[in-house]
Amino acid sequence: MRYLPLTDTDRSAMLDTIGAPDIDALFADVPEAARLSGPIDGLPMHASEMAVEKHMRRLSKKNLAAADAAFFLGAGAYKHHIPASVDHIIQRGEFLTAYTPYQPEIAQGTLQMLFEFQSQVARLYGCAVANASMYDGSTACWEAVAMAGRVARGKKRKVVLSGALHPHYAEVVRTMAKFTDDEIAGAPPSLTAKPDDDGLIARIDGETSCVVVQYPDILGRLPDLAKIAQAAHEKGALLIAVNTEPVALGAIASPGELGADIVVGEGQSIGVGLQFGGPYLGLFAVRDEKHVRQMPGRLCGETADAEGKRGFVLTLSTREQHIRREKATSNICTNSGLCALAFNVHMTLLGEKGLRRLAMENHRLACLAADRLAKVPGVKLLNEVFFNEFTLLLDGDARSIVRKLTQQDILAGVSLARLFPGNEGLSNGLLVAVTETTSEEDVETLASALEEVLA
Amino acid sequence: MSAPNASGWKPGTPVEGHNALSGPDTATGNRALMLEEPLLFEIGHVETTGVDLPEPQAGANRLGGFDRKDPIGLPGLSEPETVRHYTRLSRQNYAIDLGLFPLGSCTMKHNPRLNEKIARMPGFADVHPLQPVDTVRGALEVINELAFWLVDLTGMDGVAMSPKAGAHGELCGILCIRAALEARGDAREVILVPESAHGTNPATAAFAGYRVEDIPANSDGRVDLEALKARLGPDVAGVMITNPNTCGLFERDMKAISDAVHEAGGFVYCDGANFNAIVGKVRPGDLGVDAMHINLHKTFSTPHGGGGPGSGPVVLSEALCPYGPLPFTARTKDGMVHLVEEENAAEFDHTKAFGRMTAFHGQMGMFTRALAYILSHGADGLKQVSEDAVLNANYILRSLEDVLDAPFGHSGPCMHEALFSDKGFAEDVSTLDLAKALIDEGYHPMTMYFPLVVHGAMLVEPTETESKAALDQFIMALRSVADRAKAGDETLKTAPHYAPRRRLDETQAARKPVLAWNDPDMA
Repeated sequence: MRYLPLTDTDRSAMLDTIGAPDIDALFADVPEAARLSGPIDGLPMHASEMAVEKHMRRLSKKNLAAADAAFFLGAGAYKHHIPASVDHIIQRGEFLTAYTPYQPEIAQGTLQMLFEFQSQVARLYGCAVANASMYDGSTACWEAVAMAGRVARGKKRKVVLSGALHPHYAEVVRTMAKFTDDEIAGAPPSLTAKPDDDGLIARIDGETSCVVVQYPDILGRLPDLAKIAQAAHEKGALLIAVNTEPVALGAIASPGELGADIVVGEGQSIGVGLQFGGPYLGLFAVRDEKHVRQMPGRLCGETADAEGKRGFVLTLSTREQHIRREKATSNICTNSGLCALAFNVHMTLLGEKGLRRLAMENHRLACLAADRLAKVPGVKLLNEVFFNEFTLLLDGDARSIVRKLTQQDILAGVSLARLFPGNEGLSNGLLVAVTETTSEEDVETLASALEEVLA
Repeated sequence: MSAPNASGWKPGTPVEGHNALSGPDTATGNRALMLEEPLLFEIGHVETTGVDLPEPQAGANRLGGFDRKDPIGLPGLSEPETVRHYTRLSRQNYAIDLGLFPLGSCTMKHNPRLNEKIARMPGFADVHPLQPVDTVRGALEVINELAFWLVDLTGMDGVAMSPKAGAHGELCGILCIRAALEARGDAREVILVPESAHGTNPATAAFAGYRVEDIPANSDGRVDLEALKARLGPDVAGVMITNPNTCGLFERDMKAISDAVHEAGGFVYCDGANFNAIVGKVRPGDLGVDAMHINLHKTFSTPHGGGGPGSGPVVLSEALCPYGPLPFTARTKDGMVHLVEEENAAEFDHTKAFGRMTAFHGQMGMFTRALAYILSHGADGLKQVSEDAVLNANYILRSLEDVLDAPFGHSGPCMHEALFSDKGFAEDVSTLDLAKALIDEGYHPMTMYFPLVVHGAMLVEPTETESKAALDQFIMALRSVADRAKAGDETLKTAPHYAPRRRLDETQAARKPVLAWNDPDMA
């Protein structure tokens, strides 16, 4: 077995040193009745590298890869080009096979990277401080709600969710809040050209700990964060802004500068591939340093070593589970280290100039696509404003149309019915995402296919 | 590299008033192959980019006046500068690829590169979580196949695949317990947690709305069964227990504990962080466990990447299965694997699901790696994994117990990790000092000060992927630093001496947190 270095001679010699007659003697504390006597049910014997690769390749080929389709899916996961050097760097063993930097003197590579990552995220979000990353955008969103509860010291228990928050994110918040005392006030989304900011503001009251608004929202629209922030602050509530497409922030104003108190989101777009939903990269930042000790997750900070040289350590761990146990800010004891590295490297390759160009190219192609698709008879463009994702209203059930188009290797978008099950009023909505990887030919392919199925 | 950067900081320059570097100083701060590296923010520039993208063209703007007006402040590097920056940083890291990484309870074993190759196959790496299910049959089969083996290996009835990490899995398991109790109208308030538990256990129970009460350990380093039984009652929702436990010992009374908890109407949560010691040898389901998370990165070797990602599927007993979170996958009679989400939950008799824990399906990239690991080892290999992991740990325990105090060395063999204490060290030498001296010997130190039940704890977990030669060299190194700790060697207290950094001031970092780069020119 290629992964196990001990030989039988080694094993005998080691048992002699230990003074045990055989390996079973080392399992003496396991009651006889609980020991597996025979082989594991149904599992074959060990397999060669070639055999395992062949089996997995067969499974892999049963999937339609995004690169092999005319591809338009978004809704919280985006297909962008990732420069080759990103994957090269994250595969370096010193990054890939390292553990949590518990011994900072021999983990400066990871720690310095996390400090750079935190600085990048803070700037992108227009915030003072970002943490070293969370599991993904949806869990970061719940953690932000929980943090707002701590800031309100449990005195305010109402959480106002925008109806245009990603429904899976809303579902994660609802799931978690079932087990706390938080009251979740949500509303179904409405298919309007602009988000209903005034309706949302009307739901904020003195009992509200936080308002959660996605920017751009699940239909691709842009809510007026500054106006919502002002209304929230007047009632003593925090504004949590959720962003699922960080590339957008190269083109639109940052949530922090518009007044959001906590900004969270999904970082997958920068450096991390689609991977069928994970691992992804939760981003978490606070606009004001005063809330830092209420933040969940890991934080990397700057310090000096015994010779005065600059170095980095994990810090403020007094908030964490291994010290505060049941009083910790969160039970989280990890971050998405490797995904944060991928983000850090990709963002370094982009730089300010690259990110802005990438954002504007996404927007330009999305505008072209929206105009072309809106010309298809039976298709109406919902949005007035958008970044790289918009909603089309089709003459027909979007879900079945999407299914039909897969037969021509077109992945046309995410139907709103898939996102909001049971909400019949949304069944003709199709959420379409366009990135720099979308060619004009792809758009033409989708447009003509839609012409055919809608005719 | 040699010139001071914009901040005036030169790599490796000691601050005035501190001790000089040992050995002659170099102009650059570098030492031959050990290179200092400034921050990206000190060497990058907002005008530099390492990707070729077109200049923005005038034309359609549908941003509705939300355009970004101010600079973001994101420095860029060209591609060669980027590769060099991160390659230099990588050399400041210890990793399992460099040597033994004996972190107890963290299970750092070899990460096979075949698994990396497989995770990058386009059918896994380049598929969207919301693609129509007919276009992702293979991905669903991977989830289903892995789920099958996890259930099989643990002797359980079902598995929730979506939790993103071990602690997320703990939360999932406790929420399943809570949902099951609520379904029978039983509002219990307390979760019992042994004092040797991982800190995530009490944090998880509290996050799920429970009050946490500690259960003491007995003198054998195991849960005090009588104390546990005495505390059980109608207010106890369940117990969270780690087996093998964090002292590296098997909880001999596990079945009796489970029976007592069940009899009192509660559920048994098992922290599966140490599953590596018993995979293929013992099935937790046979011990009466109701829920257990499996850290795929530990037992099934998915790389931890300097802190994550992890992956924490949770296996469930029959009683908890109906409550597992959405989405999940299920195979029907026709042999097809189906994705169960909110809209088709009824079809699969899954309407009692407690909800959704994450946006999508969990850590697909980890599932492919873990499945490849399981198939590579097979039934014979997985059994050998446990046996070799336990053999290696006992070899370390017995080879060192004459120089290091092994508090539970008398109470039978250890499982996959060996526990030592600081008893016998010179008065002013600590476990931390010994650990830092081990760094100078070229090793990542073991887990320190955990579990809390032992003073100055050192928890050594070699795993099964270490050779006898590697263990012998580590034992020699540890013997040597242990001898120095007992003799009160002063140089231990200033270790490490040869690492990229000397001992770092963690107090200063916490007292005056500097958590982001601030441009000195802007200050």
